Amino acid sequence: MKIRFDGLTKRFPNRNKKIKSEVVAVDHFTFEIPDGKLVGLLGPSGCGKSTALNLICGLETPTEGKIFFDDDDVTDLPAENRGVGMVFQSYALYPHLTVKKNIMFPLQNLKGDQKLTKEQLEAKALEAAKIVQIEELMDRKPNEMSGGQQQRVAIARALVKMPRVLLLDEPLSNLDARLRIQTREEIKRIQNTTKITTIFVTHDQEEAMSISDLIVVMKDGAVHQIGKPQEVYDSPVNLFVAKFLGTPPINVFTGRIKDGKLLIGEDTILGKDCVKDTKDQEVFIGIRPEGFLLREDKEKNGKLDGKNGVFHADLLAIEVMGRDTSVVFSHSSSEIEGTRLRAIVSSDNQIDPESKTVAFDVNPKKVFVFSKETQERLL
Amino acid sequence: MSMQQDTKIQSAKPKNSAKLLKRLNAFKAWLYLLPALVFLGIFMVYPLIDVLVYSFEEGYNSASQTSFGTGWFNYAYVLHDPYFLQAVKNTFIIVIITVPLSTLLALLISLALNSIKKLKEVFQTIFFLPYVTNTLAVGLVFMIMFKKTPYTDGLINMILAIFKTGPVDFIDGPYWAKMFVMCFYTIWVVLPFKVLILTSALASVDEVYYKAAKIDGTSRFRMFTHITLPMISPMIFYLVITGFIGAFKAYSDEVAIFGTNLNSAGMNTIVGYVYDMLYGDSGGYPSYAAAAALILFAIVFTITVVNLLISKKTSIR
Ligand SMILES: Nc1ncnc2c1ncn2[C@@H]1O[C@H](COP(=O)(O)OP(=O)(O)OP(=O)(O)O)[C@@H](O)[C@H]1O
Ligand SMILES: [Mg+2]
Repeated sequence: MKIRFDGLTKRFPNRNKKIKSEVVAVDHFTFEIPDGKLVGLLGPSGCGKSTALNLICGLETPTEGKIFFDDDDVTDLPAENRGVGMVFQSYALYPHLTVKKNIMFPLQNLKGDQKLTKEQLEAKALEAAKIVQIEELMDRKPNEMSGGQQQRVAIARALVKMPRVLLLDEPLSNLDARLRIQTREEIKRIQNTTKITTIFVTHDQEEAMSISDLIVVMKDGAVHQIGKPQEVYDSPVNLFVAKFLGTPPINVFTGRIKDGKLLIGEDTILGKDCVKDTKDQEVFIGIRPEGFLLREDKEKNGKLDGKNGVFHADLLAIEVMGRDTSVVFSHSSSEIEGTRLRAIVSSDNQIDPESKTVAFDVNPKKVFVFSKETQERLL
Repeated sequence: MSMQQDTKIQSAKPKNSAKLLKRLNAFKAWLYLLPALVFLGIFMVYPLIDVLVYSFEEGYNSASQTSFGTGWFNYAYVLHDPYFLQAVKNTFIIVIITVPLSTLLALLISLALNSIKKLKEVFQTIFFLPYVTNTLAVGLVFMIMFKKTPYTDGLINMILAIFKTGPVDFIDGPYWAKMFVMCFYTIWVVLPFKVLILTSALASVDEVYYKAAKIDGTSRFRMFTHITLPMISPMIFYLVITGFIGAFKAYSDEVAIFGTNLNSAGMNTIVGYVYDMLYGDSGGYPSYAAAAALILFAIVFTITVVNLLISKKTSIR
């Protein structure tokens, strides 16, 4: 089922009562989530992700705007009639009930002719448990399970009613790094098998990028960009999105466009053919860590002296990470002075750690130019 | 071979010192406990043993410290004393009526308090006020409200008159009227503490459970019975157990309303009987008092054990 937002807005009165102005938690959402996709709602803490989920499931009522499930207006529908399943950040498993009873809980709420017999209840609970592969844990209590197992139980409980939409609020934030990777694959698999439209909230961009079909990047209640993870990564619409995606983060410099050339300090990063006829101005320049290329210089017994290349910086350190090498450097034009900037290069490159400076070529595809005033993307 | 022995000796050494340290720590712990243990021994254990001894000494006289012999005589006397039987009956009625009723009322009030948003603190304070008021003062107020004198029928009877019933003499009148006042008063006195405990227990239930339940279409009643109640059940058990113990030990509340001569009012309690046997007008019988006290102890102990067993069985974690 697809979900459509039309000017969806939620304002809260300020928690600090002395301040009159309202907090805009969700600001005029107008977009569509296609049927059967896994959508990652991504943004920094406090940007309104949870509020957006609460609006979709009906725990909060919008100040303005409408929500449609397919073509049904569900804006005023109470939560229990929307047919959504939700997994909370803390899982919210009932501690006094066994896994089986937790999973059956939503089904036992059904009334009238929808009411299920005991056998049906058990069968459905088992079916949901099978999807998340916890059949053998059915008689445990939540506190007798690991975080990852609890999380699966929570998903099973959300799935057991076969919801039209599955919502997950930071489902992985309580897990350790290893389990997080495992569990996110699991979510992807479950979504693939059930084909239920799923929205999951996270502030971890890597998590969102890795499993989402579509990511929605938001900040301060507003949606900044929607797209396939790779698209958003490769062509961010503004500086915020560029900065928010990618580990290590993008390197940002102040620079300028002059006479059809893009300059950082005195180095020309991009030539005429790239800049074309953008008018002369001060800009922010973002270069992804993998956008820096070391030019091989074979003459000095395979070691690079950093004399070549179009971009010069002060070398700080070399960090070898096996597959690739991270070159840490600083530059006087970096957006925030003294930032430790990073380039990721293949570990085939042997850089002389003793040299004071380092020089790179730059891959134009990994260079983004933003207006200094609006921070919108120019190139 | 010698190497192995070497390592054995080396590893034995730290083991020994660890043992020593453990013993030293245990010793220290006992040392810290000593003052408390001494006090407990002098003021709790010794008197308890003494009471046990008295209860088996026939006709013990505290002035001359003499007795006729030993046996079950005191118990037999107490158990055949109509005043004691009346006291047991009164105590049980008070316990059976007030403990469940006050807990239930406290739960209802806490639920109401928890659901209001405006002026919550004000209402909480109002409900807590009786707790900081002296028992005797509250008792006096109750007596004035319920008492019927030659000059006035009292506030309650005036209200009853509106409904064309009464007047009833609640203080010197029929047994059921007196018992009604007693239970009413007891509930009133124990309510604030229970409300306080239950409101905080309710507030400590994580909001997220209700949210999850709401999305799953859970009715309010089911939320209460399947989420709220199990989650606050430890606190309810705590209140029931302490409530039972407190109600069995009731005495000052009765005095506050019916005065010190509880036997003639027919409103004595077991603790009241013990007191009377020691210091009352008919007093001076420490042996009977001791026997009655031990019977009370046996009752309270049994009921508490039963309570704990039940709570363990139904406990959530
Ligand atoms: N009930 C409320 N009353 C007032 N303000 C609220 C309320 N709920 C949320 N807010 C505010 O709305 C904004 C968005 O909150 P929200 O919980 O949606 O953020 P979030 O993106 O989920 O953050 P996080 O990643 O930390 O969970 C915040 O500024 C928050 O303070
Ligand atoms: Mg949140």
